[in-house]
Amino acid sequence: MNAPPKAIAGVSTFVDDRIGAGNFLKRNMRKIFPDHWSFLLGEIALYSFIILLLTGTFLTFWFKPSMGEVPYTGSYAPLYGVHMSEAYASTLHISFDVRGGLLMRQIHHWAALLFVAGMTVHMLRVFFTGAYRKPRELNWIIGILLLSLALIEGLTGYSLPDDLLSGAGLRITQGVAQSIPIVGTYVSFFLFGGEYPGHDIISRFYTLHILLIPGILLALITAHMILMWVQKHTQMPGKSRTEKNVVGAPFYPAFMIKSGAFFLFTFGIIALLGTFAQINPIWLFGPYTPADISAGSQPDWYMGFLEGALRIMPAWEINFLGHTVTLSVLIPALVPLGIVMTGLALYPFLEQWVTGDRREHHIADRPRNNPHRTSIGIAGITFYGILWLLGANDEISANFHIDLYTTTWFGRIAVFVGPAIAYWITYRICIGLQRKDAEVLSHGVESGVIKRMPNGQYIEIHTPPAEDIAEHIRGKKEIPVLTSAEDGEGIPPKSARTALGRLRTKMSEAYGTDHVPLTDGHHDGHHEEEHAGVGTGDRKELH
Amino acid sequence: MIGTGISVNSITARRRHPLARVAVVALALGLLGGGYALAAPNGSTADAAIASGKADDVAQGKSLFVAHCASCHGMNAEGTKRAPTLIGVGAASVDFQVSSGRMPAADAGPQAPRKPRPEWATDEAVNQLSAYVQSLGGGPTVPSAEQVDPAKGDPAKGGELFRANCIQCHNFVGAGGALTYGKYAPSLNPSTPTQIYEAMITGPQAMPVFNDSTITPEQKRDMIAYITHVRSQVDPGGSGLGRIGPVTEGLVAWVVGISLLVLASIWITAKKRRAA
Repeated sequence: MNAPPKAIAGVSTFVDDRIGAGNFLKRNMRKIFPDHWSFLLGEIALYSFIILLLTGTFLTFWFKPSMGEVPYTGSYAPLYGVHMSEAYASTLHISFDVRGGLLMRQIHHWAALLFVAGMTVHMLRVFFTGAYRKPRELNWIIGILLLSLALIEGLTGYSLPDDLLSGAGLRITQGVAQSIPIVGTYVSFFLFGGEYPGHDIISRFYTLHILLIPGILLALITAHMILMWVQKHTQMPGKSRTEKNVVGAPFYPAFMIKSGAFFLFTFGIIALLGTFAQINPIWLFGPYTPADISAGSQPDWYMGFLEGALRIMPAWEINFLGHTVTLSVLIPALVPLGIVMTGLALYPFLEQWVTGDRREHHIADRPRNNPHRTSIGIAGITFYGILWLLGANDEISANFHIDLYTTTWFGRIAVFVGPAIAYWITYRICIGLQRKDAEVLSHGVESGVIKRMPNGQYIEIHTPPAEDIAEHIRGKKEIPVLTSAEDGEGIPPKSARTALGRLRTKMSEAYGTDHVPLTDGHHDGHHEEEHAGVGTGDRKELH
Repeated sequence: MIGTGISVNSITARRRHPLARVAVVALALGLLGGGYALAAPNGSTADAAIASGKADDVAQGKSLFVAHCASCHGMNAEGTKRAPTLIGVGAASVDFQVSSGRMPAADAGPQAPRKPRPEWATDEAVNQLSAYVQSLGGGPTVPSAEQVDPAKGDPAKGGELFRANCIQCHNFVGAGGALTYGKYAPSLNPSTPTQIYEAMITGPQAMPVFNDSTITPEQKRDMIAYITHVRSQVDPGGSGLGRIGPVTEGLVAWVVGISLLVLASIWITAKKRRAA
């Protein structure tokens, strides 16, 4: 009765006999995926990317990547007869004269914003839970590459319509190219095929945007997914979760359905935004001419931190051996991006070097249990966030009536002070949360029941925490510390003798020392009452 | 007179007509009178007011000035430490500042903001005040209704001029933008066509003057046509998000997009198969 119909059985046997799909499917369809909401964040990026490929293909049907000048004759009246590039005219055509064109453009642009935002939150999840640790460092690096490429993909994409705003971005890109010492001018001429803006940049960016970068993105995403599949997911600590298993739902049917539903959610939200929220209204910006610039010219959000760095940078310029070095452009273009991207890429290896931890990790850390890592992450977010905020300083100034120079000076100071403050606050919060965890384990949780003792004392009865919560807390794992103990003759180990070695030992101690070890109270009911006194004799005297 | 069908002889014949002298004198008088009326509108505003039986605008304007403006600008508009002289600023300047509520200024900030007009500042009072200040030393006058009629302008041409001259401070749709030291370029959305014209010819506060040799009156009208056309346009792509560009777009992507998706992911993973 359960045998499949012949029509299906015949085909599946044919395929199975030739490519052995049955075994592959049997093995992989039962693959277990952990059930934690934060594990879906990366899928925002994945599904946005699929939407980007589809809508982008639609847009290429009408877009003309040419800087040839034409008078506009489409249906948008306030630009009628204005001379503009074919790229801009064809984008107007898509927006006003192609059925569904504007919707597709808007979905494409919103999907692009959510693509990078999804990657960002996914990366933060991986960072704060330590999911980048061995054996997943390579996949982490692939992720950083994906994020960097996504920024370039975004930059080339918003330059394509050749409107006034994208032209401003292009001009800054050229400025950055020119600021590179010695070779800057050559790089600029090479990139633009002559004097800025030339006639080539749109078609060059078009090729990069629709062919090269998406191709690399697709390849890297595939590699990212295969590695994830092979190495399996990390999982949050909890009951019966070990370094050797994965607890969750099988890919088929449970996870596949959830994943499919999440794709529909992503698509639905992007479509809602594309329908009800106008994005990149190029007809309002007007065509690009290098002579014009608008107030409130900002890049898309993911370039905002670079914009902010540029805005708060003092106008420094030096002359070195006859070469002008434009530090006011070079520093903001390279330093923040370098700190953020290089820092992220190197972090797994730096952490391994500091802790000497060569173990494999499949159980994720709760952020509080590695306070220094969490603090470094929050300090990084603060650094990025302040630059990001300052990228919009003119809008902040105009809309909240704050002096523009005040925002600039705020940014110049906050970009250094802010991360330090954030680091300290985060560290204290982590330690506080760890203490709370230790307390829950050793004292139990408040039950809300007040008990009067024979001697008149009132206590609140604490009950042991629920098993899953207790197991979740007990999942805390020690961070290894390098041994720096001197041997019997007072000689430190070889690795700790140089200045760098001593620094490494010190950092290792700071990074790994557990200030709030969990004392798992093996207490009975009596014990727990003793700890939970409320209104003891001392307190009574206060009243 | 080739091709017109009128021979030189026939014109010569008309010149000798008995009524020709009368006609020429009448034409000359008409041109002179009309030309004078066009060239010297200052006095004629007051004269017309008297002729039409209304009170003298200049005199009324002076009393308004003394009551509302003189404490800062001086009894004879000669200026004080607190405010500049108004001699020579012209009626257009007064009309712009008072009709937009910027003057009388409320307090000494970096810039006088647009605000509701005080009760006394009716259209008539503004006209009288303008006439008084105009009588002090001339200056740019209030443009006629025709000069600022958006329907008579070419928005496409105006758009190009707008992008070349205005948007670096006022933003690409005139939504406003920041300047230094707490000053700002205000939003153009509440400005009337007359106020936009007046702002260009008088250069109020931090704004430069765009006189008629820089931008001709026709070009000004084109720009007004563009500004009013674009600001009345219904955003075809949904909510315009303030029309200030990628800042609000990024905000919406995170606050709406990512928040909703995080909620969705929490909701989806919270759904567990019930134990059978």
